[in-house]
Amino acid sequence: MANAINAFLPEIGTIIKVIDETPTIKSLQVVLDDQGRMRSFRFEPGQVAQLSIFGAGEATFVINSPPTRVEYLQFSVMKAGEVTERIHQCKEGDLVGVRGPLGNWFPYEDMKGKDIYFIGGGIGMAPLRTLLLFMLDNRKDYGAITLLYGARSPQDLCYQEELKEWEARDDMELILTVDREFPAWDKRVGLVPNVLKELAPSPKGKIAITCGPPIMIRFTLQALAELGYKDEQVITTLERRMKCGIGLCGRCNIGTRYVCVDGPVFSLAQLKKLPPEL
Amino acid sequence: MVSLKVLFLAEEKIPVLLKRLSKTSQVFAPVQVSDTVVVFQEFSNGAQVVFDKQASMPPKGVIFPQTEQFLSYTYAKDPENLTRSTVQLDHQVEAKPTLLFGARPCDVQGLAVFDAVFTQGQWQDPSVKARTDATTIVTLLCVKPEGTCFCTSVGGSPTATEGADLALTPVSGGYVAEAITEKGKTMLQDEAFTPAKDKQVKEAERVRAAVKKQDTLPLKQIEQKLIKLFSTEFWEQMSAPCISCGACTYVCPACYCFNITDEPAGMGGERIRTWDSCMFYQYTLEASGHNPRPTKAERYRNRIGHKFSYHPTNYKGQFGCSGCGRCIKACPVSLDIRQVLREATTHG
Repeated sequence: MANAINAFLPEIGTIIKVIDETPTIKSLQVVLDDQGRMRSFRFEPGQVAQLSIFGAGEATFVINSPPTRVEYLQFSVMKAGEVTERIHQCKEGDLVGVRGPLGNWFPYEDMKGKDIYFIGGGIGMAPLRTLLLFMLDNRKDYGAITLLYGARSPQDLCYQEELKEWEARDDMELILTVDREFPAWDKRVGLVPNVLKELAPSPKGKIAITCGPPIMIRFTLQALAELGYKDEQVITTLERRMKCGIGLCGRCNIGTRYVCVDGPVFSLAQLKKLPPEL
Repeated sequence: MVSLKVLFLAEEKIPVLLKRLSKTSQVFAPVQVSDTVVVFQEFSNGAQVVFDKQASMPPKGVIFPQTEQFLSYTYAKDPENLTRSTVQLDHQVEAKPTLLFGARPCDVQGLAVFDAVFTQGQWQDPSVKARTDATTIVTLLCVKPEGTCFCTSVGGSPTATEGADLALTPVSGGYVAEAITEKGKTMLQDEAFTPAKDKQVKEAERVRAAVKKQDTLPLKQIEQKLIKLFSTEFWEQMSAPCISCGACTYVCPACYCFNITDEPAGMGGERIRTWDSCMFYQYTLEASGHNPRPTKAERYRNRIGHKFSYHPTNYKGQFGCSGCGRCIKACPVSLDIRQVLREATTHG
């Protein structure tokens, strides 16, 4: 047929590795079967893709490996619904469909020379991981890098191996917190927005980037405002139920904007221009 | 109206014309399927075509079927390694030459919304685009608007010909036919069309001029007004009678929201697109349980907001509504979108 680009058609990819991150989160590393396509697959940090399990359907995930590391595409998937349940049953060698990259990305060019403060909660660490690794791979372009990451419990923290690496690095700071006391947990205890207020990082020369459950985002935005961050200094990436991923099917809009094409990345300044419907 | 050519189509020649055209195209025309229901159906000989009633459903299915296959998939096991499988994807974009006969101007205006969203944006929808390109539209000008009609409030008119290829104006014994585009001009070459007499052309002009004025909704600056009117209280009041049945979205000539789902069958299956409705709770329900539009108040606010604020803001003032009034007729609890718009514009 004469349609050169059919945005609804997935490409076939093979899962080369499955990582058990937490009891409810797995990361899949996927390589597109078409080697030429894999080599030419270009994306930006923060962009998403639709993962398909044929027979179960599609769901949207951020590509959480950075474009600076292109041997595979990584997706971290929390078991929550029908499609993610099936994704969790996948093993090495299984096939998936991939449709992407979709959406916008973190404005990393505008962040050059600034101090970067990542604030993540739970599975919300996935998109932050992409940008953090991208920045670490372009370390000289950015000022101080801090990651404040929290989860309900120590075992709910994603990317445990990398957390150890990041903690050991002297060119970034890592602060971990869990919601309450746990045996053998010697790091911070408290909800992410509260810990943020305790740490009170100065807004001077900083960009804050946050992602997590809606309730965490809401209180984090409040905390940042209290700390004096301007709306332009605060970036978040949103999640919505999506189907088409290309701005046609209707469901992911916030007023005039579609999270799948105009997002998922928004500054707080941009979000405040939209109707309050998060 | 720029008329390239004016001819006459006698009432009794329509079945013959449609039969002849259906040899080379699939022909959709309004057909009476029960005492009260008229729908656009593929024309077959003997079908009872009706032009004097508004069809119960708009003809959007012609370019946007209620269900269509995006792709089919087939899994096969690797005989050398039974734990591994391969998957084969098949797809095709189908678009047969199509004639849509007897669509009202409001129906054609509804199709313009599809054209804007699916073919003129950053991403194209290949199957809607292919079907739009393959479709010739004959519009039947509307000489007797119904009590629920309000096309003139949303940029339309009972005698509008934009988007159509050929326009028919009812006159004694038949229709005066005017080509709007080259496609329409080609169609006029069929022998069913005969030269129009001066008398008939004049009658058509009189008929069009005599179309009764509809009441006008105060939609000036509605885009901005709806953005300001985001209070949930107002929308709770407006949506109070709503039972979230979604009928308004299905009968709407401009509603285009859709779902994509997989239908497995054995070792294969298909991925299909189906019409969806923003009035359903599940439409925006996320797997986590979070729902940005959890009650009918938010959903109704979004439906009205989309049609009268978001869509016109994104698409050069085009409303996501063509004023056909079907949602008013179909609503089981008699929610009247005109009344809601009046309240919204006078609120505060």
